Amino acid sequence: MKHLYTWSGILVVVFFSVVGDNLIARAMKQVGDVHALLKRSGVWTVIGRVLSNANFFLGVAAMALSFFSLLFALSWGDVSLVAPAAASLTFIANAFAAKVFLHEKVDRRRWTAALLVAGGVALLAG
Amino acid sequence: MLSHGMKQVGSVSLHRLPGLILAITNPWVAIGIVLLLGFFASYMNALSWADLTYVLPATSLGYVLLALVARFVLHEQVSPLRWLGIALISGGVGFVAGGPALTHPHEESSEDPRLANAARGGAPQAVTGAER
Repeated sequence: MKHLYTWSGILVVVFFSVVGDNLIARAMKQVGDVHALLKRSGVWTVIGRVLSNANFFLGVAAMALSFFSLLFALSWGDVSLVAPAAASLTFIANAFAAKVFLHEKVDRRRWTAALLVAGGVALLAG
Repeated sequence: MLSHGMKQVGSVSLHRLPGLILAITNPWVAIGIVLLLGFFASYMNALSWADLTYVLPATSLGYVLLALVARFVLHEQVSPLRWLGIALISGGVGFVAGGPALTHPHEESSEDPRLANAARGGAPQAVTGAER
C-alpha cells in the first residue's frame, strides 16, 4: 500500500511538472523572442507581455502544485526513490507532451537525449 | 544556499508561519531566492527562442555541475555510478545540442513578421515550419 501511495505521488508530481513546463513554454512562444523584444521595445514590454499571458500564470500554478505534491510524495516514500524517479520521468513525459501539445519535432536525436538524461539524472539523484 | 540558510533559521512549523517570512531576512535564503529567480528568468528567456525538448535536457547540466562542485570544491566522494550518470547527462545534452534549437515556427509569426524574423535571427540553428 505504501508503494502505491509513493508511486501515485510520483506520478502526480510528474503530471503537474509536465503541465507547468508545457504551459510556460507555450506562454514564452506567445510572448516571442525575449532578446529581440528587449532590443526593440524594452524590458517593460517584455514584463507586460509575460504578465498578461494566462498560460504563464497557469504554468506557475502547475509548478507550485508539482512542488507541493513532491512534499507529499516525500512524506510517503524515501527521498532516494521519489527524487530520481520524479526527475527522470519528467524528462521522458515532457518529450511526449511537447510532441503532442507544443507540436515540437521530437526526432530520434531528442528521444535519445531525453532517455540518456533521464538515466543520468536517476543515477545522480539516486 | 537555501538549505544552508534554512538550517540557520531552524525548523518552521505551520503554527509558526511568521518564521517563514523572517527566513527571507536571512542573507543565504535571500541570495538563494534571487538565484532561483535568475534561473527562472533565464529558463523563460531560453524557452522564448528554443523548444522545450531542447532547453530541458540542457538545464540538467546543473546536476553535472553540482556533482563536479561536490567532488572538486567540497572534496566529497563521487561513486562510479554517479560518474556514469554525469557521462549519460553530458552525452544526452551533446546529442540535443547538435540538432536545431527550434523545430516549429513562432505562434506570433502570423501576427508580427518583424518579430518572427528577429526570432529566427536569435536562434541560428532554427528550422522553420516550411523546412520541415
